[in-house]
Parts: sequence; C-alpha cells; structure tokens
Amino acid sequence: MTEPGHRPQDPQPPQDDEERVSVPQALPEGPDLLAEEALPSDVVEVAARSQWQIFRRKFLRHKLAMGSLFFLVLVVLAAFNAERIAPYAYDEINVVRASTPPTFADAHFFGTDQLGRDYFSRVLFGTQTSLRVAGVVAVLSTLIGTVLGAIAGYYRGWIDSVLMRLTDLVIIVPAIAVLLLAATFFGQGDPLRIAVILALLLWTSLARIVRGVFLSLREKEYVQAARAAGAGDMRIMFRHMLPNTIGPIVVNMTLVLAAAIIIEATLSFLGIGVNPPTPALGVLINDGRSSMQTLWWLTIMPGVALVTIALCINFVGDGLRDALDPTQQEG
Amino acid sequence: MLTYALRRTLISIPIIILATFLLFAIISVSGDPLQDLRQQPNITEEQIDNVRQSRGLDDPVAVQYLRWVENIPEGGFGEYLLAPRPIWPDIQRVLGNTMQLVIAAEILAFVIAVFLGVMSAKRQYSVFDYTTTTISFIGYSFPSFLFALFLQVAVVQIFVRTGVRIFPIGNLSSANPGTGLAFVLDRIWHLILPIASLAIFSVASYSRYMRASMLEVIHSDYVRTARAKGLPERTITTRHAMRNALIPTLTVAALSFGTLLGGTIIIETVFGLDGMGRYFFQQLGRRDPYPLMAWLTIVAVVIVAFNLIADLLYGYLDPRIRYD
Repeated sequence: MTEPGHRPQDPQPPQDDEERVSVPQALPEGPDLLAEEALPSDVVEVAARSQWQIFRRKFLRHKLAMGSLFFLVLVVLAAFNAERIAPYAYDEINVVRASTPPTFADAHFFGTDQLGRDYFSRVLFGTQTSLRVAGVVAVLSTLIGTVLGAIAGYYRGWIDSVLMRLTDLVIIVPAIAVLLLAATFFGQGDPLRIAVILALLLWTSLARIVRGVFLSLREKEYVQAARAAGAGDMRIMFRHMLPNTIGPIVVNMTLVLAAAIIIEATLSFLGIGVNPPTPALGVLINDGRSSMQTLWWLTIMPGVALVTIALCINFVGDGLRDALDPTQQEG
Repeated sequence: MLTYALRRTLISIPIIILATFLLFAIISVSGDPLQDLRQQPNITEEQIDNVRQSRGLDDPVAVQYLRWVENIPEGGFGEYLLAPRPIWPDIQRVLGNTMQLVIAAEILAFVIAVFLGVMSAKRQYSVFDYTTTTISFIGYSFPSFLFALFLQVAVVQIFVRTGVRIFPIGNLSSANPGTGLAFVLDRIWHLILPIASLAIFSVASYSRYMRASMLEVIHSDYVRTARAKGLPERTITTRHAMRNALIPTLTVAALSFGTLLGGTIIIETVFGLDGMGRYFFQQLGRRDPYPLMAWLTIVAVVIVAFNLIADLLYGYLDPRIRYD
C-alpha cells in the first residue's frame, strides 16, 4: 500500500533533532543559483531561462523518464477520448461473446467478462475515472500544501505548530485507517467527493517540504533585500520565495498523483471508493475478483494497467527530480 | 536516556487523545449510528429509544467521549453499540494474530532490504544496483491489494493446471491444524502470501534508505582507515560500515510500523484473516464507533511502543547518541 509522503528516491537519512525540522528532500541547494541575482528583474529572467534550459536538456536525456512520459501522454489521450476510441461502450452487454480470454478477434484485447462486456473498453473508461480523480487530488493537495507550508515556514507561529503536531499524528495513526474512515463516512461513492477527501488528507507531506525550504529561504539576503525594498509579505512569499521552491513542489505533485491513483483503486476495490456503475480501475479489479479462478484476465488486465500507470508516473517524477537537482552534473 | 524515551512516550498521549476524539466526533457528525437498526423490521421505535438512552447518544459529543475514556480503566473498551458483548476479548484475539503477521513482515522486509541496500551500495551503478532500483520502483507502484490478488491468481492457476496447492489463499490455519510444531508450521504456511504482500512496499522503501546511508558511510574516513589497516572486506562491511548505516534505516522501519499495521486492513481483508485489519474493516461497515475507537487506541499504543523500542535500540547501536 502506498502511503502519501513516501517517495521513491534516495532519501536523506532522517534526522532526529528535537524540532524535527523537515529537510527538503529534493533540491536542498536548488534555490541558491537563482538567489544571487534576484534583485534586478531583467537579470532574473535571463537566469530563469537558463535554468529552464538546463532542466529541459537534463530531462530530455533521461530516457526512462522520457519514455514513461510519452507512454503516459498516450494513455491520457486514449483515456480521455475513450468515447471515440473504445471499440465498445463500457456497459455494452453481449452474451454471445461472454467470458472470452484476451484475443485480437473483435478487438477484445483484454477479454470479456461473464456478461460479454469488453474489458479493454472498460479499462479505458476506468482509467479515465481514475486519472480524473488523481488529477483533482494532485492539483488540490498541491495548492493546499504549498500555501499552508509557505505560511508555516514564513510566519512560523501557530500554523507551524499545528503542522508539526499533524506530523506526529500521522506517525501514530495509520494513514490508511483515516482514509478509509473518511471515505466511508463522507465519500458516498462519488468520484469528486473521494478526490476532495484524498486531497484534504494528502497535502501534509508537501506542506512539510515547502515549510522546510521556506524556513531556510527566509534568512536569505535576497529576501531581506526584497523586504528592505518595501515588498509586502505576500509578494515576498509568492513572487520571490515560491519560484525557488518549484522543484520540490513539481516532484511531489507527481508522487501524489501516483499515490492518489493507487489509493483510489484501493478504496474502490474495498467498495468504499467509486461506486460500481461508474468504471474505475479499482472497481474493475474487484469485479474480476469473484471469478479469478477461471477468468483471470478480469483481475490481471485492469491491475496491470493500474501498475503501469503508477510506475510511469513515478519514473517521470524520478526524471524530474534528477533534472531539477542542480547538484547533479550534466552528462 | 530513559527520561528521553519516557518524554517521547508522554508526548504521544495527547496525540492519542486527540486522534480518538476526532474519530469520535467524525462518526457522531456523519450520521445516526443506529441507522441500520432502524431498517430492521422487527425492531420497534421503543427498542431504539432504549439503546439511545442507555448509551446516552443524545448527549453532547464531548460528554459521550469523556464517558468513554472514564470507562476504559475498569470496563476495558466497553460493549458493542448493538450487541451486549464486550469488545476487549475480540481485540485480544485479533491483535495476537495480526502481531504474528506484522512482526514477521517487518523482520523479513528489514532483512531483505538491508541485504539489497548493502549490496547495491557496494556495487553502485552495477547491473545489480539498477535492477534493485527498478524493482523498488515497481514495489512503490504496486498497490498491496493488487499484489496479493496477483499472488492469489497465480496460486489458483497453478492449482487449476497442475493440481498442486503451493500455498493456501485464505484463513490463518487449516481445518485441522494439529498442535505444537505442526500448528506453527501450518500457520507459517498460511501466512507466507500475506507476509509477502505486506512486506513488498516496505522492502522497496527500506532498501532505498539502506542504500543511501550505506553509500554515505562507505565513503567516510574511518572506513578508508579500516581498509588501510588491511582488514578483510567482509569485516569492513559488516562490522564497520553496516553498523552505522543501519541506524537511519532502523528509524525509518520503526516509524513505518504504523504503515505496516495499516496495511493489514487491506491484506487481511483480501486473505480473509481474522486479525486487527479485517476487524477494523468489518466494524467500519457497521459504523459502530466504540470498537473503532478501541482499535485506534490499541494501534496507537502498539506504534508508540515500537517507536520506543527503536529509540532504545538506537542507543545500543550507536553509543555516540546522547539523550538529554
């Protein structure tokens, strides 16, 4: 089970200091490059562009990440055009063709179930639902996590304390238990509701990362310079400091995306996520489960689709992290 | 050191209180716990009112919560909302079963992860290293319920095709498990697939930490000194480098114990094991707040205990660590 906040990267060894200041896990030295030339605005633009170029070159060379990204784009395009691409409707029943194993005949690439519903089409539509939920979760939790983390790191104060107590809470209470509780009591099988619930529970790890970066950035000279020049708190936080945090935020977004897909599938599989008439990958896997002795493809096919998508997202995240990491040499 | 551990433990008490209170509030807010009861045809309105009054369901949430806390020292965790049965014996039973599963998975994951981490750090950028990295990525991307299902499908397909039953795909014991050693072996046989499904994510996660910290250590001066002294490579790895590299991994493992316990909710449901996880899921379906809160409290206490053990192990593994 993938928990939010676990990241498949070379982690920094955890530190056990009293304050538990989160060490930003990606890009610890990233902001410095920009920091030196932050004041005159035209210089910033030149510096930012060259940063972007470095990033682009590094990412394009990351073959695994590029391949995954290409595949993901295909999947997203296919899933969101499922109405046009899918050979059948997801609920089209055809008893004559019931329980067909995967075959190229009649385009039943993933086989059919006991009612003759085409599983390739069902997986396409299911992927659409799952991607939609995960997308909402990623955007929403990134927004919440960035804003709260920035405020906590910049002002410290009670928001910071609350954030840190939440960290303690996460250690003691299994996250999946909280997710299941929330989904059972507030989800009601609606994809959008599930997405909002997940977003409200998955923002904490990003908030901690942003907080950590902001804690170190607020002491930088360019922040002091901006303050001396009369910039307000909001301007300093979101115009000056936030651009230097963009690396960890983007990387974390990919991780949340992968986590959200997996969690939504788990919830739907357990029957408290998306409700059955709507196809979602977890729902399809659960449907196939009862007949897994004979119709194995009903479990395997949506399952493989799920793992492949999550894996590709994680690979892209890995490539992004490498490309955004200025301590790594180009080449 | 003892005071440090004690302080860490004390800090967790308000968190447990907060967590259980929040849970209680959420369940109270989200609707009528007697909803299911109302739908049963042979239950009269009077009976429902009886339950409502005897349990004080009309009181404010805070009052209900305080009553629940007060009752813990003498009454265990009280009774189920709809059945006059005590909760504690059930929890005791499932807790034992789950601990077998979780501790086995934790140890197995840790041992495999340490081995993988050390080997890929020693051979950085080798084929072995890249393979382990890829496998750990797959481990991160594989939902545990799906891994469990795939294992079940594989075992069932092998059974269908060859008639050989490699592993059971459910239950904790056979119908006639026997006694003594036979019982233990039977239990292990039943638990192998659940343990594997539960451990895969932890293996992926711990091995990354182990690799990172091992890489840091083997490039340090004292390891170079040990090599300069002419010590055999094996001694350097096991006695000098690994001992230090284990410490961060151990922390991660201890802090992830809660994740593992949470994972039993899914694994035990998929395999139909009579443990804490499945118990939680069943009670969740019944929307009975009392067993859910008992579950949360027990799990929190277990997790705190494991963090404490990790803290104590720390001091043993690394005498440099000072607690004050």
